[in-house]
Amino acid sequence: MPKAQVTFEDIEVTVTVPAGTRLIEVSEKVGAGITYGCREGECGTCMMKIVGGSENLANPSVLEDKVLKENFAGIGNRLACQAQVLGGHVVVRPG
Amino acid sequence: MSLADAVIPGRPVAVAPGVHWVGALDPEMRQFDIILRTANGTSYNAYAVRGHNGVAVIDTVKEDFAGDFFARLWACCKPEEIRAIVLNHLEPDHSGALPELLAAAPQAPLYISRPALGMLKGLLKDGLDPARIVAVTDDTRVELGGRSLRFLPTPYLHWPDTQCTWVEEDGLLFSGDVFGCHFCDARLFNDRAGDFRFSFDYYYQHIMRPFREFVLQALGLIEPLPIRLIAPAHGPVLRDHPQTYVRRYRQLAEPLLANEAAGRAKTLLVFYISAYGNTARMAQAVRDGAEGVDGVRVSLYDLVGGEPGPFADLIEEADGLLFGSPTINGDAVKPVWDLLSSLTLVKVKGKLGGAFGSYGWSGEAVGLIEDRLRGLKLRVPRSGVKVKLIPTAEELAECAAFGRDLAEQLVGRAGPRHIDFTAPQALSA
Repeated sequence: MPKAQVTFEDIEVTVTVPAGTRLIEVSEKVGAGITYGCREGECGTCMMKIVGGSENLANPSVLEDKVLKENFAGIGNRLACQAQVLGGHVVVRPG
Repeated sequence: MSLADAVIPGRPVAVAPGVHWVGALDPEMRQFDIILRTANGTSYNAYAVRGHNGVAVIDTVKEDFAGDFFARLWACCKPEEIRAIVLNHLEPDHSGALPELLAAAPQAPLYISRPALGMLKGLLKDGLDPARIVAVTDDTRVELGGRSLRFLPTPYLHWPDTQCTWVEEDGLLFSGDVFGCHFCDARLFNDRAGDFRFSFDYYYQHIMRPFREFVLQALGLIEPLPIRLIAPAHGPVLRDHPQTYVRRYRQLAEPLLANEAAGRAKTLLVFYISAYGNTARMAQAVRDGAEGVDGVRVSLYDLVGGEPGPFADLIEEADGLLFGSPTINGDAVKPVWDLLSSLTLVKVKGKLGGAFGSYGWSGEAVGLIEDRLRGLKLRVPRSGVKVKLIPTAEELAECAAFGRDLAEQLVGRAGPRHIDFTAPQALSA
């Protein structure tokens, strides 16, 4: 099974997950400080910062891109409910 | 109407040379935004500032009061004289007359903060010519001739878009909701109105307090200003000793009694409530475990013996919060929710949180509390401890380990952890 690693910087937890996992699927299980609203990529509540390894995430969908722009997202911001880790190592933190 | 009234129907009120109050009084209002009560209504303050070259309109009023606003505005200027429209904050009670004002003065740009841009779209459903919108920066100046406007970013006081407008030449601060209060008085000025000090503090406690760090940041910008008059968006115009109100904000934003442990210890509060003493024993074990970690000051509180208000004061100053609750009828018990629902008045984002509790059948309380803590944007780094009925010695040791682990997280000694979700046991967990 192809695997990927995600580090939640705020709680210093690294998880190994199957490639293709969305961050929403693991962040709450480990208690990371990312909070969710609609969980469907529309509200922008779960915007987080990709500290490293952004190239290991699937590109944002048209919907995610639109919501990021509406929420004045900076470089490196993604929605945790949408971002899918494809492999390698990604480091994230809330907000 | 009394002889002392400054506000007369249809007439603007001069608050400084060339500056008029053009707002509206709403004396019947008793409840504002659901969360606030007011014993004597409120006012929606808007202002017209005249220079040699034209007029700036600062804020408008709630839509229902647009008639009062325009009657006063057109009594002190003509639509074609308006050179600038400023909204310090886009909440509907200040922007209700905006669409009509924009239509009446099509030549005037709208000056708003950058975070207000997104909200404006939601407010003006038909849209607005982008060429008319100016998102202000620190360098933005609106020259009116003899006086000019500049803008102070004061985000989160109490919306992300909030700003203050400063007229340097006259020492006038148009402060939006900052330094405002829900107190309707036709005498309008702080040295003539009735005693509104309680309203001023009440407004701060309910509107500004959750954003305390932003209040302190804004005070850093406001305190050095040579203010001669504060014109807020609600309540009396503060022309007599306006700096008193700035100092009061400083007092309200800082803790009354310094936490003697601050600076040398992290503070961890353990709240619990217990029906048969089981969750209480767990709480004591959590406390004992946490106390074993150097640099953490641990306090234990039985929710039965306190009220949400003072507990919220404690929580505002704390670094970590743990809640112990039994599960009754599939839920945490009401005193826990009473406290957790009080925390919207204080800033808890980023604090460390956790939950534990004894249960008889199913033990939902712990998970529900954790969800609420995450909703309040606390970090919940560890799944809570659930014990069926009476805790054994091993289970109390587990509680102590839970307390110790969270205390170590607080002081940064927990160290990185690794969880493998591809391992079969983790996937089923």
